[in-house]
Amino acid sequence: MTSPSTTSHRLSQRVQRDGFFQLLHAEWSKFRTVAGWVIGMTAAALTMVLFALLAGISGNQKGSPSVPIGPSGGPVTDSFYFVHQPLAGDGSITVSVSALNSSIPEGPGELRPGTVPWAKAGLIIKKGTDQGSPYAAIMVTGSHGVRMQHNYVHDTAGPVSAAAARWLRLDRSGDAITGYASTDGTNWTKVATARVSGLGSTAQIGLFVASPPAVGGGGTAGTVSTATFGDLRTPEGWAGGDWTGGQVGAKSPTFAGYPENASGSFTASDARFTVTGAGDIAPAVRDSLPTGGQLRDILTGTFAALIVVIVVGALFITEEYRNKMIHLTLAASPRRSLVLVAKAIVLWAVTFVAGLVGAILATPLGERLARGNGVYIFPVPSSTELRVELGTAALLATASVLALAVGAIFRHSAGAVTTVVVAIVLPYILIAIPFMPAAVSKGVATVTPGAAFAVQQTLVPYDQVASNYTPYYGYYPLAPWAGVAVLAGYALASLAVAAVVLSRRDA
Amino acid sequence: MRLALHAEWTKIRTVASPLWLLLGTVAATVALSAGATSVVSCTSSGCGGDTTKLTLIGVDLGQALVAILAVLVISSEYNSGMIRTSLTAVPRRTTLFAAKAITVTGVVAVAGTVAVLGSVLAGRLILPDLGDQALSLDDGPTLRAASGTVLYLILIGLLSLGIATAVRDSATSIGGVLGLLYIVPIISQTISDPDWQHLLEKIAPMSAGLAIQTTTNLGSLPISPWAGLGVTAGWAAAALLAGGLLLRMRDS
Repeated sequence: MTSPSTTSHRLSQRVQRDGFFQLLHAEWSKFRTVAGWVIGMTAAALTMVLFALLAGISGNQKGSPSVPIGPSGGPVTDSFYFVHQPLAGDGSITVSVSALNSSIPEGPGELRPGTVPWAKAGLIIKKGTDQGSPYAAIMVTGSHGVRMQHNYVHDTAGPVSAAAARWLRLDRSGDAITGYASTDGTNWTKVATARVSGLGSTAQIGLFVASPPAVGGGGTAGTVSTATFGDLRTPEGWAGGDWTGGQVGAKSPTFAGYPENASGSFTASDARFTVTGAGDIAPAVRDSLPTGGQLRDILTGTFAALIVVIVVGALFITEEYRNKMIHLTLAASPRRSLVLVAKAIVLWAVTFVAGLVGAILATPLGERLARGNGVYIFPVPSSTELRVELGTAALLATASVLALAVGAIFRHSAGAVTTVVVAIVLPYILIAIPFMPAAVSKGVATVTPGAAFAVQQTLVPYDQVASNYTPYYGYYPLAPWAGVAVLAGYALASLAVAAVVLSRRDA
Repeated sequence: MRLALHAEWTKIRTVASPLWLLLGTVAATVALSAGATSVVSCTSSGCGGDTTKLTLIGVDLGQALVAILAVLVISSEYNSGMIRTSLTAVPRRTTLFAAKAITVTGVVAVAGTVAVLGSVLAGRLILPDLGDQALSLDDGPTLRAASGTVLYLILIGLLSLGIATAVRDSATSIGGVLGLLYIVPIISQTISDPDWQHLLEKIAPMSAGLAIQTTTNLGSLPISPWAGLGVTAGWAAAALLAGGLLLRMRDS
């Protein structure tokens, strides 16, 4: 009485235990013997190379001023108004900052007073007026209090509240630069000591004002700030007498220039100085270096390859429904969900290899061509480059498995292809709408399957640089592999649904 | 020709999926438009951009469903072998193809009009009172954007029909259509050179065709609204020509 069900139970166990490898082999044979699918995968890899070629040759920055590079090798913004004199050897300088007022453009040629959170005014010691040279500075800011910063990427918060009248002091002792802040000019609180090598025996020391662009409405607008300094004290015995004022880095790819009808200047009477400046001393981000390329620009062919692998992924199952092969497949392997798993594994592996080959060929080719055209590409460590290549391959592979699962649910290729393509690609068109609020575009890049593109992020956001850190500019809300995990979640959930419906319904 | 048209109308009327796809086009278009208009932060002075274009953003999604519909009109016949019966009944292949194109045009025109009117209505209800900037079809540019969007959807339908007739396989055709539509808007974001960017946006069916939706700051467009829609029409015509010729030349 129980024998038929026992037999089928044992049979299915045996299929599960011994036959899974055969199932994989069968699915692999199906895949490699359909010329269209093999061509599709090859085309996907080729597409990535072709788009990298296009990205490489389309940019032309020949003859534009070179991007300033900081001591740590990264691109920097180094444009500010500098009132300076040489300082030989060690020494100390103090000043009080009684006012820091910023103006933001309202219309063409019109400025209104406003707050620029990272407007900076204070004391700086710098190797020279060359862009990208080492420095250390203590400053008051628009709304982030006193800060000690050095060599572009390092930032330490000071103790004095933003509202108080602020005294600043900078000491040099060899390579050690120490910044102090005070509310009265007598009781000093140490903010930080920075070790800055390469300042040389005679460095330039003095006052500076910087005013980074205001961020809003999906773009930026250049601002200008004016600071009033008093009680500038330099110990006797320093070389140099008169103060020299000038704009550092007036012409630079990382400096958009002054707003219309504004310019940098300084006036001095006794120890009282009024300095007006624009620009920033900070690491460069996508907003401040709009001409800079990133790895994801070179791998833009991922989107085209994505559509190809989605088509192949959907066809891998729907073609079986179309030519009725599915009956044979399911008769040969009664555990239907195992068939789906075997298909998913074969498809993932094949797509991963194709995607990896495409990414590994495309990346150096596109980078070389772009650099040959004078395009600056944000530098990345080779480990990050490898992560982008592996991640792109995983993205493509996981997307094709998602298409397979949706294809198994729909049993129809056109609907499956469209659903998966729209789910991954459309979010990227929506986040490019200029007046889409940042919170919405970040939300879209978190919850949709398109979150996986976070794996291509190579840019680093900085707390001390206000910018549009949105997916459109290459800053994703999720960590690289977390983004892929979101897509994988969609793929696994769809596979689970597909396994259930495949077992329940007639083939 | 009348008989062929009647046959095509019967085919599209008696199968469930075209109706669902048309309803889906309307629903998806209106839903995305309403969603997009409800998340932007608007003040009485505007939304910081082109509100008409924003209100019609739903066609970015709706066109995908139009594409499926148009692809299935031909590829489902190849899939089921129905194409042989169709060609036996209507031996003049050009007539059959024209009947299909006219049917697609008709049903997409109806669904597109409903979708666009729905989106405009949703925009009017969701966006705050914008005073003289309010959406109104009495306004020339807004009317041009709305009617042009319906035409755009029809052209996408015809483009898809042409490609699907040439390719015959539904998955490959839909992949080709979606690639043609969506890839250029994405890669033009990443191309730094403005000349290349403008060239791509001028020749790509989606970027050029949707220029018809722009009502403000027309000077910054890479291509003027009607010329842009003309580019999309050129793509559709080329696809129809290729599909029609291949249909005539080869065995079914």
